[in-house]
Amino acid sequence: NPKPRVMATKPKLFYFCGRGRMESIRWLLAAAGVEFEEEFIETTEQYEKLLKDGRLLFGQVPMVEIDGMVLTQTRAILSYLAAKYDLYGKDLKETVRINMYTDGTLDLMLMIAVAAFKPPAEKEESLALVVKRAKTRYFPVFEKILKDHGEDFLVGNKFSWADIQLLEAILMVEELDASVLSEFPLLKAFKTRISNIPTIKKFLQPGSQRKPPPDSHYVEVVRSVLH
Amino acid sequence: MAGKPKLHYFNGRGRMESIRWLLAAAGVEFEEKFIETPEDWDKLRSDGHLMFQQVPMVEMDGMKMVQTRAILNYIATKYNLYGKDIKEKALIDMYTEGIADLNEMIIVLPLCPPDQKEAKIALIKERTTDRYLPVFEKVLKSHGQDYLVGNRLSKADIHLVELLYYVEEIDPSLLANFPLLKALKTRVSNLPTVKKFLQPGSQRKPPINEKSLEQAKKIFRMK
Repeated sequence: NPKPRVMATKPKLFYFCGRGRMESIRWLLAAAGVEFEEEFIETTEQYEKLLKDGRLLFGQVPMVEIDGMVLTQTRAILSYLAAKYDLYGKDLKETVRINMYTDGTLDLMLMIAVAAFKPPAEKEESLALVVKRAKTRYFPVFEKILKDHGEDFLVGNKFSWADIQLLEAILMVEELDASVLSEFPLLKAFKTRISNIPTIKKFLQPGSQRKPPPDSHYVEVVRSVLH
Repeated sequence: MAGKPKLHYFNGRGRMESIRWLLAAAGVEFEEKFIETPEDWDKLRSDGHLMFQQVPMVEMDGMKMVQTRAILNYIATKYNLYGKDIKEKALIDMYTEGIADLNEMIIVLPLCPPDQKEAKIALIKERTTDRYLPVFEKVLKSHGQDYLVGNRLSKADIHLVELLYYVEEIDPSLLANFPLLKALKTRVSNLPTVKKFLQPGSQRKPPINEKSLEQAKKIFRMK
């Protein structure tokens, strides 16, 4: 393909400097090999300016500027990107499976994101529940899917958004419990395989735009911006 | 003959209601299998029909679909209620997610402890008039068209109108300052399929009452 004369503007992500609800979007862009810019929200003033300028449809972030659109709502953004970068299956039946799987893994990851803001005892309880759900509700399903078709990827024998998000979820839960994959040999192999995809391998390296787990500083910033 | 979609849920609105609305609006006849006892619930899970052990579950086109959004998106695509391209779809998704966020607050309200209920209702009302309805009123005003996206009926309109009915149930005066939304509600309600669904005797479910809440809690073994 000939190079376009005008460079397409990179997508621009507006969020706090942390995982939260933006991380799955970063993963998807990175896995698709798409370079993106980020503007980190650090003060109430920045946030209020975004609000005042009418760029946050429901007053919330994540917000992504892409292809002339100002998109909010995590799932809307993820679905758009998955479709745009051909990571959404080849037909409706594959798309619905990808949606089912990503809704499941996103539910799990949002539990982790939300737990960061809870008081210590509740937080510990929530995170323990995440590990339990991963081991009993989510990972067995994906292990079985891989076992049943024996293919390298979750859907349609082709790399999709479902694979990216499952890897992201696996790594997040492993941060809570390093042994979580001990009963899931196919997921272990999946983890290695997907991690070695060049774009993902790059994203997993230090210095990438991948964000660390939420710490007390992150929680403080979010709380103070959103009061 | 292809079987009708079969909806598995308890006999109430919950997370299944927006699926009922969408199928009905699309003119698709569907069957329902209600989970009525803890044993029904146990069986559904142990038979392995629920991917993540959760309902809603919809049997359709040879699949057992779970996850409300996945189901809604499938139906919308199949019945052409999802815009004409990925940009329209992104707008529809963005609007739908906002609607779903407010709807979620309303869905879980019955589960709220009595001493917190008043505060929750106040928050719902505030979000309705300050965060959500103004957005949709503005969208309609900005293009002056009959529907939210692409001058054509989409799932966004159906979900929004469903929500407007719930807002009205909470407090009709909440819609007072949103003339274009009121007009959308009337317009969509008058579509033949929707009109039919709004009539008594349809598969539309009433608001949950004390008795059905107790029953639902029993079925799902909730405290």
